[in-house]
Amino acid sequence: MTGLKTWAVRYGGLAVLAVIIAVLPGFLRNAYTYDIAINAGFNAIVCVGLNLLVGYAGQISLGHAAFLGLGAYASGILTTRYGWSPLMALAAGAVGVGALAYALAKPVLRLKGHFLAMATLGIGIIIAIVLNTESWLTGGSDGLVVGDFELAGWVLSGEKPWYWVVGGLLLLSVWATRNLIDSPIGRALRALHGSEVGAEVAGIDTARYKVLVFVLSAVMAAVVGSLFAHYANMITPSKAGFMKSIELVTMVVFGGMASTFGAVFGAAVLTVLPQVLTAFEDYETMVLGAIMMGTMIFMPRGLLVTVADAVRGRRQP
Amino acid sequence: MTQLRVSHLSKEFGGIHAIEDLTFNINVGTIHSIIGPNGAGKTTLLNLLTGVYRPTHGRILLYGERVEGMPSHALAVRGMARTFQNLQIFFNMTALENVMVGRHRHLDRRLWHTFLRLPSLIRAEAACRDYCAALMEFVGCGQYIGADASSMPYGALKRLEIARALASGPRLLLLDEPAAGLNSRETAEIDDVIRKTAAEGVTVVLVEHDMKMVMGISDHVLVLNYGRKLAEGTPTEVCADKEVVAAYLGAD
Repeated sequence: MTGLKTWAVRYGGLAVLAVIIAVLPGFLRNAYTYDIAINAGFNAIVCVGLNLLVGYAGQISLGHAAFLGLGAYASGILTTRYGWSPLMALAAGAVGVGALAYALAKPVLRLKGHFLAMATLGIGIIIAIVLNTESWLTGGSDGLVVGDFELAGWVLSGEKPWYWVVGGLLLLSVWATRNLIDSPIGRALRALHGSEVGAEVAGIDTARYKVLVFVLSAVMAAVVGSLFAHYANMITPSKAGFMKSIELVTMVVFGGMASTFGAVFGAAVLTVLPQVLTAFEDYETMVLGAIMMGTMIFMPRGLLVTVADAVRGRRQP
Repeated sequence: MTQLRVSHLSKEFGGIHAIEDLTFNINVGTIHSIIGPNGAGKTTLLNLLTGVYRPTHGRILLYGERVEGMPSHALAVRGMARTFQNLQIFFNMTALENVMVGRHRHLDRRLWHTFLRLPSLIRAEAACRDYCAALMEFVGCGQYIGADASSMPYGALKRLEIARALASGPRLLLLDEPAAGLNSRETAEIDDVIRKTAAEGVTVVLVEHDMKMVMGISDHVLVLNYGRKLAEGTPTEVCADKEVVAAYLGAD
C-alpha cells in the first residue's frame, strides 16, 4: 500500500512533467510558439542546475549566464573555426567550464551572502567583457554564426525535433537532480544550507560540497549553452551577460527555491510571460515587473511551492 | 587508556584568554564533565576540541594523533561527534533527514550511483532510514520521525541533535548543555540516554550547568574558571574543593 504512495511522491511530479511535454505540441500552432517552448525548456534545464546551488545549497551565483555563454562559444568557435564535431565541442565546453568553475569555486565559495553575490557578479561581467572584446575569436558584439548539431550524419534541425530533444533532456535532468537531492550528497548540500557548522561536525566537508554543486550547475549551464548555440544557429555576448544571469536567478526564486519543479515552473512562466505581455505594448515591462513584485511580496517562497503547499493544506511557517 | 590528551591548550580572542594553558586527559569509556561559572570557557574548549576553533597554543591528541586545528569534518571521520548549546539543526529538512545527515560518513557518496539511483543506493538508504528512526526512538523523539524539523518543540530538537551525533557512530561524544532549558522529567530522560550511550563504550564529554545531573552521572569532573583549570577529579573530590566552592558561591 505504501509502495504506490512512495512511487507517487518520488515520480508523480516527473510523470506530470512528462505528460505536459508530451501533450504540449498539440497546442503549439506554429514555429514561433515552438520556439518559445524550446527556450523555456533550455532555461528550465539551467534553472534546475542553478537551483541545486541557490535553492538547495543556499549559495548565490549572479554570474551563471557566463557559464552558459562559455558553453555556447566553445561550441560555436570549435565547430566553425576548428572543424570539431558538435558533440566533441559540447564535451570540450562542458569540461572546460567545469575546470574553470572548479578553479573559481575554491576561493569564491569561501565568501558568504552579499560578498559571494558580488564575486560571482564580477566573474560573470569579466567573462562577458572578454567574449565581447576578443572579436578575432568570438565575433565580438555581432556574435557568431553556428552550424546545426550533427551526430553521425544525423542533422538536428527545425523546431519539432529540437522540441523533443530539449523535452527529453529536461526530463533527464529533473530525474537525475531529484535523485541527487534525495541522497547522501543531496542531504549534505541541504545540511550546509541549514547550518554550516552543524554539517561540518556531522562529517561533511562543506567546502568540497560547495565546489561540487557549483561545478555541477556550471556544467549544466554550459551544456545548455552549447545546444542553444546550435539550435539558434547564432550566439551573441548578451546570452552570457549580467541581465541573463539575473533572469536565471529570478526564474529560480520566482518558481520556488529548493523545489526542482518550482525551478522548471519559474523558467517556463518567465519565458512565456514576456511573450504574452506584448499585448500591453509599451507597458509590457511594467506589468512584468508588477507581477514579479507581487509574487515575491505575497508568495516569498515562490509560486509553485506556495501553491503546492496550499493544495496539500500545509501551514505556512 | 587515554583517548584524548590535551596539553597546554590556549585560545586568545584579541588579547582575551578564553582558554589558558589547559592540560587534561580523557579516558576511554568514561563520562567526563566540564563545569564552571558562566564565561569560564567551557564552550570555547568544546569548540577547540571539535575543530570549530583553532587553538593559539597547545596540543590535542586523539588516540595519539595530533588533531589541533584539524577541520571538524576530519575529526568527525575520526569518531568525534557533538551537539551545540545553541542548536545547529537543519530546519530546511525533516527530522529523520537531520539524523541521516549524521550518518553521512558511512554512506555511498559516489556521484554516478546517486544520479542513477542504483539499487545498492536504494537499499543503503532504506537501511539508513531504519537505523536513524531507531536512534530517534532511542533518544526519545520517536513521535517526530515523520515531522519537519521546523515544526518540533525545543526539547525534542535537543534530543534530535543527540540522535544526529550518535548516527555517526562516534567513539567520543561531546554534549554542550544537553539539559539546558529542559524540565526535570526531560532532564532525567537525557540523563538516561547519556548513561546508556556510555554503557555502549562511547566516551562522553559533558558540558552542563545542572549540578545534580553532573554529580550523579560523571566519572570525572573538570572545573574551569576564567579559562584555567580550577580543579579536577571525581565528583566527590571536586565538591569538597575549597576553590571550587569559592568560585561557585563567592569567596568570603
